[in-house]
Amino acid sequence: MASHRDLPAGMVNHIFTNTGNSSFTEFVGSYAPELLPGRNDNLAAPVGDQIAHATTIVAATCAGGVVMAGDRRATSGNIIAQREIEKVFRTDDHSCMGIAGAASTGIEMARLYRVELEHYEKMEGRTLSVAGKANRLATMIRGNLAMAMQGLVVVPLFAAYDPDIDGGRIFSYDVGGGPYEQFHHHAIGSGSIFARGSLKKLYREGASPEDTVMALIQSLYDAADDDSATGGPDVTRRIWPVVATITADGFRRLPDDEVAEYVQATVAGRMTNPDGPVAPLR
Amino acid sequence: MRDKADYARKGIARGRSVVVLQYEHGILFVAPNPSRALHKISEIYDRIGFAAVGRYNEFEALRLGGIRYADINGYTYDRSDVTARGLANLYAQNLGQIFTESIKSFEVEVVVAEVGDTPETDAIYRLTFDGSVFDEHGMAVMGGQAEAVTTRLKEHYREGMTLAQALEAALAALTEPGGERPPVGQLEVAVLDRNREHRKFQRLVGSRLETLLAEAAAGRAAQAPPAESESAPGAVSAPESGAGPATGPEGDIDTGSGG
Repeated sequence: MASHRDLPAGMVNHIFTNTGNSSFTEFVGSYAPELLPGRNDNLAAPVGDQIAHATTIVAATCAGGVVMAGDRRATSGNIIAQREIEKVFRTDDHSCMGIAGAASTGIEMARLYRVELEHYEKMEGRTLSVAGKANRLATMIRGNLAMAMQGLVVVPLFAAYDPDIDGGRIFSYDVGGGPYEQFHHHAIGSGSIFARGSLKKLYREGASPEDTVMALIQSLYDAADDDSATGGPDVTRRIWPVVATITADGFRRLPDDEVAEYVQATVAGRMTNPDGPVAPLR
Repeated sequence: MRDKADYARKGIARGRSVVVLQYEHGILFVAPNPSRALHKISEIYDRIGFAAVGRYNEFEALRLGGIRYADINGYTYDRSDVTARGLANLYAQNLGQIFTESIKSFEVEVVVAEVGDTPETDAIYRLTFDGSVFDEHGMAVMGGQAEAVTTRLKEHYREGMTLAQALEAALAALTEPGGERPPVGQLEVAVLDRNREHRKFQRLVGSRLETLLAEAAAGRAAQAPPAESESAPGAVSAPESGAGPATGPEGDIDTGSGG
């Protein structure tokens, strides 16, 4: 009889008896390991350009929070694989992540990461600290290292509202993991060098979320200007970047109408000044 | 078997009651609970809430198992594929197996509730220690003096109540006639609000709960002058309040699989 006390739910495996930690990933790893991404690490040949790659993500802190934006293009080599892919994901009420690199693995990772954060919150009755969330994501990226070597590179950008400082924080990663905390602003993906250069000049510390959104849209425009894999605003199809703000009120994805206003202002400005706003020299 | 059942019933009746009922925008959970750390009400998934009475360690094991079940199914398929019905079946299997095969049955009673897009698609399942599932309509009461509380709740319950009205009905049901209501600090209140985005479950705490309680008290005061002693709200009684427990007992159980 004692065996039933040890394993009351014999027919449902370990669902009722897993007394390990509150990590969903670790539970899945023991319960149904085939569900985890990056477990088939023996590809015949590197995948390279044959699969879709997601490109530029930018993020910047603002007064009382953080803003993240991503373009909508995915490329496979010289082909535009998708025009309206979404690469910025809500991961919980006060955090989000954007992905660059192999789109398929990235989307799967974002899905798993969201469950991971929620799972901890429900099991423990409290949310993870921002540093805890950032570390958790680093472990996930590191777990994908073997796949990254085969061409399935995924590099995320993580942003969260931290109640302890009443402001936003940004973390970047590389294929080996991380996290590397970034202050003020950061960009990842193929267009990131151009976006970063642009943000350097346009970023204002402590600016309102609205102004910060504008700066990010401008920097994405600059990235699309010089990087073929980054999509600019598609005015004919009305496809705009995905923009999300995170403040004490929580995660909010800006509706298309609202983003359209920022984009139209940007495009209108570029009609007379194609290189965008000019930063003061002195 | 009978001994086991009596033992479990006594254990469950020892605690205080928990009330789960529908209101216009979702489902309300109310539990008198002096502890702020040991919850009786909890979130399971986007649309699914959990409430329990009885032994804490036993229903906590069920709660954690339910979260694992929901998360793994939502991750394997899609978030919309996780249902309260599936979860209720899992609990029923587990509780039934423990009841028949273990020396000691679980001393717990559990409610699994799911909020839908409309009030008609809301679901409230009540599970007892032996694994029976009851498909409740509009409201469920468990633990403590469940029968007396059910009777009082039926007097106050109407369809389409506002949140404040529903809270008032729940508190009226949980309070013995002439008794004192539990203070704010000793109430655990949560809702599944169908108008929320992403995750519908929300705990009502602090100032939000106080405001709501004040609103509920104001509603009660407004209703008092006409004829409180004749239980005015009972005039528009719910259609379900016809006979005893909402659904038949052991005979007709909605277990979908196995059974």
